[in-house]
Amino acid sequence: MSIETELLAGTIEGAAAALAGGATTSAKLTQAALERVAAVDPKLHAFLTIDEAGARGQAQASDARRAAGQSLGVLDGIPIALKDIFCTKGLATTCASKILEGWVPPYDATAWAKLEGAGAVNLGKLNMDEFAMGSSNENSAFGPVRNPWDLTRAPGGSSGGSAAAVSARLAFGALGTDTGGSIRQPAALTGLVGLKPTYGRVSRYGVIAFASSLDQVGPLARTVRDAAILLRAIAGHDPADSTSIPAPVPDYLADLEAGAKGLKLGVPREYFVEGVDPEVERAVRAAIEVYRSLGAQIREVSLPHTEFATATYYLVAPAEASSNLARYDGVRFGYRSPRAKGLLDMYRKTRAEGFGDEVKRRIMLGTYALSAGYYDAYYLRAQRVRTLIQRDFEAVFREVDALVTPTSPTAAFRLGEKIDDPLQMYLADVFTIPASLAGLPGMSLPCGFTASGLPIGMQLLGRVLDEAMLLRLARAYERETPWHARAPAV
Amino acid sequence: MQRSWETIIGLEVHAQLATKAKVWCGCSTEFGAPPNTQTCPVCLGLPGALPVLNAQVVDFAIKAGLALGCRVNEKSVFARKNYFYPDLPKGYQISQYDLPLCEWGTIEIGTGDEMRAVRVRRIHIEEDAAKNLHGVGEGVSVIDYNRGGTPLIEIVSEPDLRSSAEAMEYFKSLRSILIYLGINDGNMEEGSLRCDANVSVRPRGETDLRTRAELKNLNSFKFLKDAIDYEAARQASAYEHGEAVVQETRLWDSAKGETRSLRTKEEANDYRYFPDPDLLPLEVPEARVAKVRETLPELPRAKAKRYAQEKGVAAADAVIIAGDPAFAAYFERCLEAYRDGKRLGKWFVGELARVLNEKVTSLATLKFSPADLAALLKLVDAGTISNSAAKDVFAEMVETGEEPRKIVERKGLAQVSDASAVEAAVDQVLAANPSEVEKYRAGKKNVIGFFVGQVMRAMKGRGNPGVVNDVLRRKLEG
Amino acid sequence: MSLSKDEVRHVALLARLELSPDEEEKFSRQLGQILDYMERLKTLDVTGVEPMAHAVRLRGPERPDEVRESLPREEVLGGAPARVAGGVAVPKIIE
Ligand SMILES: [Mg+2]
Ligand SMILES: [Zn+2]
Repeated sequence: MSIETELLAGTIEGAAAALAGGATTSAKLTQAALERVAAVDPKLHAFLTIDEAGARGQAQASDARRAAGQSLGVLDGIPIALKDIFCTKGLATTCASKILEGWVPPYDATAWAKLEGAGAVNLGKLNMDEFAMGSSNENSAFGPVRNPWDLTRAPGGSSGGSAAAVSARLAFGALGTDTGGSIRQPAALTGLVGLKPTYGRVSRYGVIAFASSLDQVGPLARTVRDAAILLRAIAGHDPADSTSIPAPVPDYLADLEAGAKGLKLGVPREYFVEGVDPEVERAVRAAIEVYRSLGAQIREVSLPHTEFATATYYLVAPAEASSNLARYDGVRFGYRSPRAKGLLDMYRKTRAEGFGDEVKRRIMLGTYALSAGYYDAYYLRAQRVRTLIQRDFEAVFREVDALVTPTSPTAAFRLGEKIDDPLQMYLADVFTIPASLAGLPGMSLPCGFTASGLPIGMQLLGRVLDEAMLLRLARAYERETPWHARAPAV
Repeated sequence: MQRSWETIIGLEVHAQLATKAKVWCGCSTEFGAPPNTQTCPVCLGLPGALPVLNAQVVDFAIKAGLALGCRVNEKSVFARKNYFYPDLPKGYQISQYDLPLCEWGTIEIGTGDEMRAVRVRRIHIEEDAAKNLHGVGEGVSVIDYNRGGTPLIEIVSEPDLRSSAEAMEYFKSLRSILIYLGINDGNMEEGSLRCDANVSVRPRGETDLRTRAELKNLNSFKFLKDAIDYEAARQASAYEHGEAVVQETRLWDSAKGETRSLRTKEEANDYRYFPDPDLLPLEVPEARVAKVRETLPELPRAKAKRYAQEKGVAAADAVIIAGDPAFAAYFERCLEAYRDGKRLGKWFVGELARVLNEKVTSLATLKFSPADLAALLKLVDAGTISNSAAKDVFAEMVETGEEPRKIVERKGLAQVSDASAVEAAVDQVLAANPSEVEKYRAGKKNVIGFFVGQVMRAMKGRGNPGVVNDVLRRKLEG
Repeated sequence: MSLSKDEVRHVALLARLELSPDEEEKFSRQLGQILDYMERLKTLDVTGVEPMAHAVRLRGPERPDEVRESLPREEVLGGAPARVAGGVAVPKIIE
């Protein structure tokens, strides 16, 4: 086994040290990653576009910087990959939709521009649910992604390609987006650390919109420290995004090892209910005991409006999506139906042929919720309930520093299991959705395995802009447990 | 028409704000660039692009609100108006709906006793659509996105207008205010100022509003007037024939001189407005409003009143002069050199306005100075030249910029008021027309006109008409 | 409950989606099920509760009125499905 292959199975920090010490080069590391992608990805279908030439060029540039003594830091020369929802100048970006097939953006998303500015090497664009709508990655127009832990199972979604690629050691880390759980849920189902920052913490500029008031960019990584490194690189105010928060970014690595002692952890009773797989509940309860043993104070709390979150989310998000996706009309870019006669027909056929079923379902649901006569009963009411959900969190965060919950009610489910029952699929996100509605940071980290060897994730939720607290708590747990070190045998 | 119908009109005016950059992106708003050269991911609605508000747009909109006496809301909200059209890149227009920036102002129309205030319901910020070009290619329309994302304010009146003439006056008055504020160039040909009219009719005496039609494509004052007149007659005729008037958008076809239905009925407009999640609420603290208030110029109506009351300008003339800021500024410069506001006002509205119109020239390019114009009027006042000679001199001033006195001298246009010089000409004319003299003396007094004409001709138009008349009468009676 | 076919057709027209008869059938059933699930929201008393449109409580930012360079036409319209004379072509708009 070459040193690069070994490094590839490890962490960003490990690879960065090897690069800094001259044990390898970014070019070699990138080459090893590309070779592994070529060998393994056919089984997973995590990549939609592999940018070999681009990655090699970026790696060489990184090596040149390093040789000149101008290394950009820990991410310089590290191969990562991006969910295909990030606009990349000159590199096809499809959002896993036929309607954007072949579209090449003329500009970069801010999050990627920041990573590139930190020297990261982009291996390519990762598969996802079409327009980030889904929890299994089966809604990709280009075919599903398989879970590296069990190829018959879904990796979760919508950042399923990101999760599979990082979990299978194809890339050191990846950027995903999370609207109702799309980073945290796939991270849980593939044994990764996934962090959805506070809404507004990372710029949405250049990130193809699903539901603008919920979409947030975040990292998927193998360790808490790697997640902190990636978040540090992408967080911060962006004047190009009006909902970006103008607050300074702390050094997420500074207090990372400070431990859990004296911190107050809330356990919301609404997250331990019927429908949660017993194996999942056992693992999360055991994790809570680990925290207790580390000196954290544990208390049960209540978030009484939790049971309304999924219904709220599936009105608010589709409403915004129905409007955000109106621009896919066959006029300026992307797919246009060749069969259309006349303008109205062009719109209707282009969108009928270009969008998949789940996207159509949500567009129609959102259109309905906003339409005359239904706005007050559906959309407006959902917005009011959203306020109640946010108030629940505000109340408990006056008492505790963070919350611990399961990330997903179950471990990875089988491909095809829920595909014909949209409502069942929607319920896969019951534990990730509430924090999304409230705009709060949330994180998933591995906390065990099922008897059949599937990863289980636990979720930490925190106060607005308090990602540092989540990372610190996650790191305290990670130090005590072996789960993050296991890799799938793909 | 068997019954007497009343026309009810409300106007929706879209005014492009004179900013350098577009409302949500940094693309230039300059008119006339080659198609699609002033676009970017934001104004093309490319996936992932996001809007950021141009501060100048807000200040300009506040300025308009203050000028119309509106309340400026401390919090207003940007909403999405959803519909599909090729000139609308995102599939929605960012506008304001529930909570506009400004509400409840007025615009004055009419003068003197006829004056009244038309209520302005709201002013909101929105983005302009792109431009559809027709006839560029066979069977297609071609879109130029340069205009897309240009900032607009929409100024919506209450249905307070009762005739096409009033509507035109309201629109003119509004246009003049916007130009004064320096926030819109008033150019209707280039589309920087546009007007839609909501028109309904009802029998005189009825108080409820009936179904209205929204008229579009009214890009001149004449079209506005003609379209309203046509539409009011169409609706009245429909009612008289027992037909219904449906609520719809109608397009003014200026070539055919008629309005026609624009949107098909099954596509009932359902714009699904909702707050734009990409834009946070616009909060305007009182201090900002106060700061904008300090920049307000004297507005045309106030100026017109001042001209009438302090300078003696005829009320109607004052409104016209004050209606254009450059015209008014020039008027005030001239007033410094020539105090008779009434006379000066007449000259402005008559001669100067005509010259500017006919010669398609601007005040800035005039070759003479306000002092020259004052000197010209003083020559008339002193009786040195006649009023009609003054018009000739003025025409010459426009062409060459020569001083009026020099023109008068060079062309020998000074009036002859010296009685002895006039007498010589009168004697000559009377001697040459003995039979006409007989007629006059027999009582046909209106022959005097003939004599005046003959004398003036003999004097090459330079005789002082008063003196000529006096001398003629004296000689004929004597 | 299921959404009526007419409602599905109306929504599909507003959303510019052409649906086959089978799809109309499928979506009317699925959307009906989803909307049934939403009924639970009606059990909550939300009188006087402010609607939440944004997850951040900030004043909207503004930028100065400065012109920034636009993108070259080839870059922004390079991917347009049909082009004529420097513009994007669509089937003729009939007004
Ligand atoms: Mg409008
Ligand atoms: Zn632009």
